[in-house]
Amino acid sequence: MSELVVEGLRARVGGQEILKGVDLAMASGEVHAVMGPNGSGKSTLAHALVGRPGLEVLGGSARLDGVELLDLPTWERARAGLFLAMQYPTEVPGVALRDLLRASASTGDNADEIGSLMRAEAERIGFDEKFLERPLNVDLSGGEKKRNETLQLGVLRPRFAILDELDSGLDFDALRLVSARVEAATEEDAVGVLAITHYSRLFEQLRPDTVHVFAGGRIQQTGGAELAQELEDTGYERWSDSPPPTTSASKLGEDPFADPLAGPFADPFA
Amino acid sequence: MPEVLGRAMTDFSTDAARALAGPAWLVERRVSAAEAFARKLPPDVADEEWRYSAIREFNLSDYAPSLKSCDSPALGLGMDEIDAAAVVHSLNGRVVSLEVADDLVAADVFIGPLADADAGSALLGAVSADASDYFTVLNDAFAAEPLLIRVPSDVMVERPIVVVHQVTGERVAAFPRLVVDVGANAQAEVLDCHTSDSGPLLVCPVAELDVSAAGRLGYLNVQQLGPATWQFSSQLSRAGRDASLTASTAAFGGGYARTRSDVRLVGRGANCDLLALYFGDGRQGLDFRTYQDHVAADTTSNLLYKGVVSDESRSIYTGLIRVRPDARGTNAFQTNRNLKLGENAWVESVPNLEIENNDVRCSHASAVGPVDAEQQFYLESRGVPTGEAERLIVAGFLDEVLESLPVTAMRQSLRSAIDAKLKRQARLSLQPQAEGALS
Repeated sequence: MSELVVEGLRARVGGQEILKGVDLAMASGEVHAVMGPNGSGKSTLAHALVGRPGLEVLGGSARLDGVELLDLPTWERARAGLFLAMQYPTEVPGVALRDLLRASASTGDNADEIGSLMRAEAERIGFDEKFLERPLNVDLSGGEKKRNETLQLGVLRPRFAILDELDSGLDFDALRLVSARVEAATEEDAVGVLAITHYSRLFEQLRPDTVHVFAGGRIQQTGGAELAQELEDTGYERWSDSPPPTTSASKLGEDPFADPLAGPFADPFA
Repeated sequence: MPEVLGRAMTDFSTDAARALAGPAWLVERRVSAAEAFARKLPPDVADEEWRYSAIREFNLSDYAPSLKSCDSPALGLGMDEIDAAAVVHSLNGRVVSLEVADDLVAADVFIGPLADADAGSALLGAVSADASDYFTVLNDAFAAEPLLIRVPSDVMVERPIVVVHQVTGERVAAFPRLVVDVGANAQAEVLDCHTSDSGPLLVCPVAELDVSAAGRLGYLNVQQLGPATWQFSSQLSRAGRDASLTASTAAFGGGYARTRSDVRLVGRGANCDLLALYFGDGRQGLDFRTYQDHVAADTTSNLLYKGVVSDESRSIYTGLIRVRPDARGTNAFQTNRNLKLGENAWVESVPNLEIENNDVRCSHASAVGPVDAEQQFYLESRGVPTGEAERLIVAGFLDEVLESLPVTAMRQSLRSAIDAKLKRQARLSLQPQAEGALS
């Protein structure tokens, strides 16, 4: 049994404080949903936990089984068992998925094993095997990129996986396969899942144990699965008094090609 | 400085050129080149085509041509893994061994000293005459034993023809000369490897690549010279009607290594790919000058040069696309991208266009930058350590060129050469990290 405990996490991007004291505790196999309006800082939370450059942690802690993640470089956080399925996975020319997985520690050096794992995972989520040898995310559609992220989650078997808008860019069938795969990971490998999303459609296959409403840089309310449906029905309006979503921030959320570090947005990672 | 001048006069004189062995026509050719050379002014950074170069640090009189053949055997280059149709070793510009498969001999493919070939004299200089400069003329005067690869019309050579040049000795100047003549509708691949000892040496290779109508040539120059070698290399190409040529270079070695690559598209429908990958480290200078000369209509040239510089190394790329008045329907592209690893590396990238016909499609692009932070973050977020992530990205950056190079059997060796450079970087960067870990 593993535990991820976030306490009083505060972070700043581009001179602006985005995370204003986040508290969160979760255990292996649990699914926690983080839902909230655009520009509320949900993605910034994800990136603060994995240690994205350009983001400055101001205070608080994030411990995985007692290990302070915030003191570690990104790759050591990953090796400690943290995984981020990115909202906009980066294209890496000339580096194939196989090269990546071989170089990441948890799979070791066994090339044959990685190959068969990759193929098995690809089949589970309907990811075309031809992509396994191609450069990472290069010329992949939005949906294929999300499947690629899910495949890596399946191969790397982290202790905790953060899904940053995994549902965006996926059509209905793909969403069903991908969310079912993550649900299976919570059972087969006891992966704990922190699912950041705007909509509840991800939760038809992936059943949340806990739902957090995230607004204004912190968790405003925590409840059971029924809270997700409630938010779907009533929207986030009651939280929208909380600060600043500038117009540029909401635009950024809709534009997959926007450079998240390009300007002083309220939530550059939204 | 009269002393220096005096030495240069002696070592690179007409008498010295006359003393080199060969048939009378070749000796005469050398002597007249030496006379022409004596009238030439050395290049200078004030000349546009030598801008940014290290030419002012170069002193020809520090070197002397090797006048005798040399007994020490040429190194193998791990060629065993390549299923070659022919392998030629040359030492200081002279052939020391020659192996040609029987089927090539039977097909009248000529591989060997140009002086031994029928009508060889007409081929030497056929392409370079229109592109001569200080160092090609010097090569004309002192090329000890020009080498010819001639593939007759309609002959297809499936396996690569391999030439390995080595330069060795004390302050030796070597002038390897290779002429590749691909006949109409013939096909060949040539791997041209250059190596040298670690001491101060000079090598001025000239490769003339002539591809006749509908001929196909893939040429790959692999440069792994010693760290104190000066190289002034010229690859001069000509493509005839509907001919197809890939002129490519993989450059890793040398102290200062300059490679000039000219292609002239003289026949309608000719197509040339110009490719290079390079990786400089230490205090190396890697200098590339290209010229895509569209003479005939409906010709295409596509240039992609990608390089990495680290430590205090420097790379230079300057290139010109020229579209002549008759070359309507030209497609010409030129792209140079560079990765700069570290603050002290230095890159100059200057593409140019000169267009004298309106019915053309041309583009040029160049880029210089560090390893992409987003790519780095993506790999690290999967648990790949920082240094390893950088190595994957750099190797991936060069892979685009590597995957397009001719002589596919060399790819693994080239990957190893890139890995060796990257591992050297890793060792260098480990030292400060280890200190940091202790403190």
